Amino acid sequence: MTRLLFNFLIYPGFLFTACFGLVASWIDRKVTARIQWRVGPPWYQPLIDLVKLSIKEITVPRSASKGLFFLSPLIGLSAVTLVSMLVWLVNIDPVSKGFSGDIIVIMYLLTLPAIAVILGASASGNPLASLGASREIKMVMAYELPFIISLIVPVIKSGGLLKLSEIISYQAVNGSFIASLSGIIAFIIMIFCMQAKLGLVPFDASEAETEIIAGTCIEYSGMLLAILKLTKTMLMVALPLFLITLFWQGFTFLSLWKYVILLVIIILIRNTNPRVRIDHAVRFFWGKMTLLSIIAVLLAIKGM
Amino acid sequence: MAHKIIPIGPYHPLQDEPEFFKLHVDGETVVDIDIEIGYNHRLIEKIAESKSFDQVTFLVERICGICSTSHPFAYVNAIDDLLGVKSPERALYIRTVIGELERVHSHLLWLGLAGHFLGYNTVWMWAWRYREPVLDIFEKVAGNRQNYAMMKPGGVRRDMFEEDFPWIKKTLKDLIPKVDMFKGAVMDDPVIHARTEGVGVLTKEDVRQYCVVGPTARASGVGIDIRKDDPYAAYDKVEWKVITQEGGDVYSKAVVRILELYESINIILQCLDKMPKGPIDSGIKDIPPGEGIGRHEAPRGEVVHYIMADGGNSPARHKIRAPSYMNVASNKKAVIGESISDATIILAAVDPCYCCTERMAVVDYKTGKKLMDGQDLVRLSQEKTRKIAEKRIRS
Repeated sequence: MTRLLFNFLIYPGFLFTACFGLVASWIDRKVTARIQWRVGPPWYQPLIDLVKLSIKEITVPRSASKGLFFLSPLIGLSAVTLVSMLVWLVNIDPVSKGFSGDIIVIMYLLTLPAIAVILGASASGNPLASLGASREIKMVMAYELPFIISLIVPVIKSGGLLKLSEIISYQAVNGSFIASLSGIIAFIIMIFCMQAKLGLVPFDASEAETEIIAGTCIEYSGMLLAILKLTKTMLMVALPLFLITLFWQGFTFLSLWKYVILLVIIILIRNTNPRVRIDHAVRFFWGKMTLLSIIAVLLAIKGM
Repeated sequence: MAHKIIPIGPYHPLQDEPEFFKLHVDGETVVDIDIEIGYNHRLIEKIAESKSFDQVTFLVERICGICSTSHPFAYVNAIDDLLGVKSPERALYIRTVIGELERVHSHLLWLGLAGHFLGYNTVWMWAWRYREPVLDIFEKVAGNRQNYAMMKPGGVRRDMFEEDFPWIKKTLKDLIPKVDMFKGAVMDDPVIHARTEGVGVLTKEDVRQYCVVGPTARASGVGIDIRKDDPYAAYDKVEWKVITQEGGDVYSKAVVRILELYESINIILQCLDKMPKGPIDSGIKDIPPGEGIGRHEAPRGEVVHYIMADGGNSPARHKIRAPSYMNVASNKKAVIGESISDATIILAAVDPCYCCTERMAVVDYKTGKKLMDGQDLVRLSQEKTRKIAEKRIRS
């Protein structure tokens, strides 16, 4: 029990992933700044941003439904913490091997941050926030379909394994899935879905600062806003690691370059694209991406 | 079903200017828009009546930060018109160079902002970076990055030095490949196409009905350009063409502005080559009674200044019409029926400059009843003009 609590709260759960995520988000900000001919912040900037936010007053709008308004950021944070703990554990801790069906659990948990954002935005009673929430709902419906279909690919390729640690060991024997055609297609689709799940440009319509003024988190301030930001930051660690685990033989601390590559891809996509409109995003995910993911599944069944 | 109201303003989240657009939305679709401006009325026209003719150039320069030479340019044109004499040849060329340099920096600024509105922050930062050399030229020529204070009734305040010309030419020629890059980035990017093509269309008919001016009109295929239609300064002495596009959408507006960058650079290079030697100031001493109208094609469209002098030291009446005053109203046509995501870029596509545009209405704050609206104020203003005219005739 204490071991599980330690895993959840400190290593490799909350604290470790948060620190890791802060570094990652510093890399994101620094590289973005360099691409845009700016200097960029010092390495501790994401941390002091969080500290600053958490010592500020929390303003609750009069029209808000208070319980949900306070609760939803915590729901998102705990879901992400759980995901990151599971993903880290199956990769670095040989004792804990996860459990059968943890892929499905992670799949559900990864939807929770978005749902928490929707709940919180709707609870705040702000018209712009509810607009952001409606966009987020459309977004979730759009990207979950190709995400789940592509998730089936490694399961099929490993012969029906639903346990992350077994998928890793299967890849260790038979080579990573991205070396195969169906694997690489599914992997690329997953990268786009990841960008949408992270709410980064080009799929940041729900938070579009320039259209609806940060939309879903417009009414959040102080500690709650810090939690929302931290959730995004930790998601930026958990999601790429989940992808690496599924498709790329997993990772150890020595093979963290895989994570860096994915991070750079995320940063490049976000800096070389304008924001797409929500209907374009839905068309993109339900059209091309779903079609491609079905093709990937068929190829995987064919054994390619 | 009652429509929800999405506010943009009273302080714009991005353009940092006071304005208020009330978007009435049904789901994601905009069904109506209330345009409310007038948060920042500064009584410029009234203040002008208490300044000397020389000081007014500095005053009108401060109407707008971005196109800070457009208003002085139109003002000195009005003075030239009032006096009925042309300023010295060299001064005309220098005015043209300054006016076009301003167009270059203003269009680059808009391009960056448009990128930011679309969530394309890289374009934003890059456009503003490549705008820096233009501001460097301004600093070299006028000593200031903004508010250059180059215009003066009857000439220009400061000369340009021939030894600077090679450097200015090189800086501008270096800018051309950068503009090529932006042209490519806008014209070849599929996402930008999807976001801007067919969005916020203003037809030729709309342009005529709303009296839209500048690049906004030219993007709808209406080739109005004061520089061509009513040449002033040195615009009739250099070769250039009016850029028009037929689409009328946000994409066409962006293309018009990008292509105008080439024309502006071209005009500046020609002016630098052809600039004659000679005086830069005709040394006006007195302004005789009379009226003058000055127009200038600002980066956003036609600026009109009307000056009435009564023989005194300062204008008896100074009337200003900024281009955004015409353009902002056309949003009513362009934005209805589009989605909220497109609303901000459509509202920004006319390159609005609210601070130029502020007009006043007198409202009783207890009842909220409008005591005087724009038309009443116009009537008051016209009455005053008539009174002054009568007084002048009598004396």
